[in-house]
Amino acid sequence: MKTEDLKNNKEYKYGFTTDVENIRSPKGLSEETIRFISNIKKEPKWMLDWRLKAYNRLKVLKEPDWQKPKYPKIDYQDLYYYSAPKSASDKPKSLDEIDPKILETYKKLGIPLVEQKRLNGIAVDAVFDSVSVATTFKDELTKKGIIFCSISEAIQKHPDLVKKYLGSVIPISDHYFATLNSAVFTDGSFVYIPPNTKCPMELSTYFRINASETGQFERTLIIADKGSYVSYLEGCTAPMRDENQLHAANVELVALDDAEIKYSTVQNWYPGDEKGVGGIYNFVTKRGACRGKNSKISWTQVETGSAITWKYPSCILQGDNSVGEFYSIAITNNFQKADTGTKMIHLGKNTKSKIISKGISAGNADNMYRGLVEIKNKAINSRNYTQCDSLLMGNKCGAHTTPYIKNNNATSTIEHEATTTKINEEQLYYCNQRGLDQEEAVSLIVNGFCKEVLQQLPMEFAVEAQKLVAISLEGSVG
Amino acid sequence: MLNIKNLQATIDNKHILRGLNLNIKPGEVHAIMGPNGSGKSTLANVLSGKNGYDIKGEIKYNGVSLSKLSTEERAQKGIFLAFQYPLEIPGVNTNTFLKTSLNSVRKAQGEKELDTLTFLKLIKEKASELGIDEKFLSRQLNVGFSGGEKKKNEILQMKLLQPKLSILDETDSGLDIDALRIVADGVNSYKSKENAFLIITHYQRLLDYIKPDYVHVLSNGRIIKTGDADLGVQLEKTGYSNIV
Repeated sequence: MKTEDLKNNKEYKYGFTTDVENIRSPKGLSEETIRFISNIKKEPKWMLDWRLKAYNRLKVLKEPDWQKPKYPKIDYQDLYYYSAPKSASDKPKSLDEIDPKILETYKKLGIPLVEQKRLNGIAVDAVFDSVSVATTFKDELTKKGIIFCSISEAIQKHPDLVKKYLGSVIPISDHYFATLNSAVFTDGSFVYIPPNTKCPMELSTYFRINASETGQFERTLIIADKGSYVSYLEGCTAPMRDENQLHAANVELVALDDAEIKYSTVQNWYPGDEKGVGGIYNFVTKRGACRGKNSKISWTQVETGSAITWKYPSCILQGDNSVGEFYSIAITNNFQKADTGTKMIHLGKNTKSKIISKGISAGNADNMYRGLVEIKNKAINSRNYTQCDSLLMGNKCGAHTTPYIKNNNATSTIEHEATTTKINEEQLYYCNQRGLDQEEAVSLIVNGFCKEVLQQLPMEFAVEAQKLVAISLEGSVG
Repeated sequence: MLNIKNLQATIDNKHILRGLNLNIKPGEVHAIMGPNGSGKSTLANVLSGKNGYDIKGEIKYNGVSLSKLSTEERAQKGIFLAFQYPLEIPGVNTNTFLKTSLNSVRKAQGEKELDTLTFLKLIKEKASELGIDEKFLSRQLNVGFSGGEKKKNEILQMKLLQPKLSILDETDSGLDIDALRIVADGVNSYKSKENAFLIITHYQRLLDYIKPDYVHVLSNGRIIKTGDADLGVQLEKTGYSNIV
């Protein structure tokens, strides 16, 4: 099939029409693969050059191995870096073909039927099609001059913005996985909020399903111009399966003077089975630059999925008076492992950062908070407050906290508080005595433990997230 | 309603209850008094189904053996324990807890769960009966509550859940006179022909406000003496040493 046909096929309103043979890039990582990806996406030469530069850099970089969760060596030459969307014939025809266990989880989360179908790639009745809902909202955004599209589309239509900001927060030479992403990223989201504009809706609330196919090497770039505000939500509480084991996404945020970006993530990729077989390696690089004065970037994450989660959403506080925040819930159950936290780099004067991390381990899981707070010598009168709480359920799991703290000037203060507690049998008994069964009791106590983070989530999502927290820990006590 | 025959309870190889017999009928108020370590709180824990006890003997609640019921099933079937030390649950709003609790019980009893508005109306009503400020209900459950507030919260839960058998485990301890009176009034207003109480206490003073039908003296894991309300008054004067 020619690339032109593929393009037409992709543009079809409902996604998939005829049987498309599965188009794949050549196997393995090579210049040929990168040229193939760039070509199939009809990218301009500068983009191809950018990818190749990253690839050449990658050749001399070493895969890091300092993280706590170890994993078997990945054979990068044994992967496919691009494959066309699945054809209709490969996809389930109705929800009857979906694993009843997954359907049960959807039910508990209260995910609407239409969305359940979308999640599984089942064509949806046009009347209920959320794509048309999306179109309505897109019009509203366009009126305000907000650009919200795929990164591929942005490369075509807004090359100046992409050239200016892509790689400006995560340079192509950054580290192994980020550089790999720069070389082979397939798609992702692009957002630009013009000056003095408040984005009128949670971005991606209505679009979250559309991103479900971008999977493995996602690339997101969000720019909030002077005095603007945007809240962006990534992910989905519904369990997500993917054939690709390695996920290495890059997310770059840029906030200019007086701008604010709120970025929320709910990650529920396949964690592997109860025995620890399978599951996604979620090795993601997320970084935001508070480039302007009085700017603010706030990361909120609810991480419940993946076999291994390895990520540190970070803030570079360049602008004077800028603010960075990180709110995290990381839940590991069965044999899941997480090594996650944040980096707050204070460069500007009077910069502030706040870190609230809630780690919950159950089963045989292992949960590590690792974070860096660095206040440079010119960042006078800066402050950081960090609170790391770990909750253990059962006696086979682990919780670890490794904070790195560097303060290079005498006018700044850093506070760090950490607690580790075991889920309290007396609290459970108290709840049981009031008629709550074990699962309700655990859900209540754990949601209380996570409250400070959950209340940072966009309202319409908080309820789903609370249920997700409970579901992730089902069967972990008693 | 409750029939206990030859109840024995052991925890960590310590033999605490050693052949306890007790019968409680609907509408009755029983007080259990006794020196420290006599097994009073163990009795409350065993009745409510706390884990960790090795139990022999028989407890029947409305004809059903309690050993077959989990802690939450006992609660759902109307056994309520007002804790000696109510637990703090950080991050959980008191109202949320009370609503979850009430709806769990209602669901188990085949009643319709209450929506938030109906619940709030109900809880406000119950709270004002006990002179509890509404603001108190939006605080985290028992976190930073004074001793008196925690105990009042227990009585509030009792009145909300409407149990058939209410066990009060040293609810009077740590209360000043005013709080004691509020708690006692709360209990008295819930007394009826259908509801029974088992009141565990060290002191007569609670029984000045809540008049028991029976007073039992527990010693070394057994009830060694049973009398009417006068027994409590007598104990207050002479202490346990004369009868133990």
